[in-house]
Amino acid sequence: MKALTIKTLTKVYANNFHALKGINLSVEEGDFFALLGSNGAGKTTAIGIICGLLNKTAGDIWVLGLNHSTQTNDVKRLIGLMPQEFNFDMFDCITEILNNQAGYYGISRSKAKIQTKILLKKMHLWDKRNDAAGSLSGGMKRRLMLARALVHQPKILILDEPTAGADVEIRRFIWAYLKELNQLGMTIILTTHYLEEAESLCRNIAILNAGKVVEQTSMKKLLAKVSHQILILETTSILPETIQQMQFECTRLDDYTLQVALGQNINITDMLRALSQQGISIKHVRNAQNRLETLFINLTS
Amino acid sequence: MWIVYKTIVIKEILRFSRIWVQTIFPSIITTLLYLLIFGGLMGERIGLMQGVNYVHFIIPGVILMTVITNSYTNTMFALFLAKFNHSIEEILVSPAPYWIVLLGYISSGVARGFVVGMGVYLTASFFMDFEIYSVSITLVIFLLTAVLFSLAGFINAVFAKSFSDVYVVPNFVLMPMTYLGGMFYSVEILPEFWQSVSLLNPIYYMIDSFRLGFLGVSDADLTTSLSMLLTTIAILFVVSLYLLKKGFNIKN
Repeated sequence: MKALTIKTLTKVYANNFHALKGINLSVEEGDFFALLGSNGAGKTTAIGIICGLLNKTAGDIWVLGLNHSTQTNDVKRLIGLMPQEFNFDMFDCITEILNNQAGYYGISRSKAKIQTKILLKKMHLWDKRNDAAGSLSGGMKRRLMLARALVHQPKILILDEPTAGADVEIRRFIWAYLKELNQLGMTIILTTHYLEEAESLCRNIAILNAGKVVEQTSMKKLLAKVSHQILILETTSILPETIQQMQFECTRLDDYTLQVALGQNINITDMLRALSQQGISIKHVRNAQNRLETLFINLTS
Repeated sequence: MWIVYKTIVIKEILRFSRIWVQTIFPSIITTLLYLLIFGGLMGERIGLMQGVNYVHFIIPGVILMTVITNSYTNTMFALFLAKFNHSIEEILVSPAPYWIVLLGYISSGVARGFVVGMGVYLTASFFMDFEIYSVSITLVIFLLTAVLFSLAGFINAVFAKSFSDVYVVPNFVLMPMTYLGGMFYSVEILPEFWQSVSLLNPIYYMIDSFRLGFLGVSDADLTTSLSMLLTTIAILFVVSLYLLKKGFNIKN
């Protein structure tokens, strides 16, 4: 079953800004789906409409077979949202925030308390349970918003830039937890500016640009579209002044560094062998540019 | 439904209780000042009003003004702050029915009106003796007034886009209407023209009926006052619910 189907979704703001220009999207149940786009592409607007924070101008949405317009409250029960901006009362203590959120979903206080305890422990926030939300660090606030999105045990989790501004440790923690939730069957839809986040987590992807979907495919197929990849190689010894022509483009950057552009017909083993024949031994290899980033720039520029 | 309603009401009651120095205490201080000035210093010189000792005459008006101000500002700030810090989104993403959300906000406004109004009443009772003429009329008028101004505060918050918008109505509309609504005087003492103008002020009917419940004296007819209150509440409720459903200034 489709977790989410969007047809010709349009949003025109009061200032006549066309944020969404009739987008079509579909996400399979159990998918880990990335919605990419630069600032102002329409990602947050689309999420806002799906989650009931914004009114649409036109179009239709179905969530797990339910009509978003006519079965709104049933749809809302299926979705958990972790928004981009902190949106809780900073004076409320964090236990109160989670218990109240459960209350808005009609969950009794006794059941809410159990779920709150599980989530706060999972998010390593249990020691802070009586603290005001405003006193938490940025990373803790992000984890609190993730916990709040899950308090009513939704089937679909939507995250709008979940790791924006988070340090590496928090980011890795959130990634690991999202993978765990997805393996348990939860459909996850995320927007992100960290393209490696989308590349490492998501199976399918849509790219929004200026209110239109410019690409929707699997991550594998999308990455296969990259015609070449640029690698930076560090050598074990000083490079010769001139490097002989090979099957691939090779540029000497400095005494110990080479840049190579590999086409789809050359694999890394062949490249290393060719370099070895010239007496060049490689100590370290890294990507000059994220492959998804290359594609993203091509599609949205 | 009940859980959703209870969650909103308890959250909002905790909010105003947490900042009791700002929300509950100022009205008590104001009452003490009124008692000192109009009771201790000026009351004797003014004499009787509608056959009642002056300080007794103003107490119902002072209590109702407290109820009006507190019910109004409670729902107004509850919604405006929720819009301002975006915590209203916590409710918008949930399946909470809009009419329950509205009832939750109104009830918290009524709760604050009751707590502060009771505080003012108890403060006044501490310094002077009076018996309530009709507890039922007093409570009904209190409840209807608190509901009406909670709704009005809600509508103000829907339209408010900045902190200055929040203060316009209380300062430039509510306060003059309350002070000119017979809080400190009976309209009988006004020239005929100004008596007629006063009859157009809805707050006049509320204060007058509340005074009837408290002291047993009034200018206007109770049925007229009740009809006016109920009709206004019905209109404001429909308008508030419409604005909330449409997400006016909230979901755009």
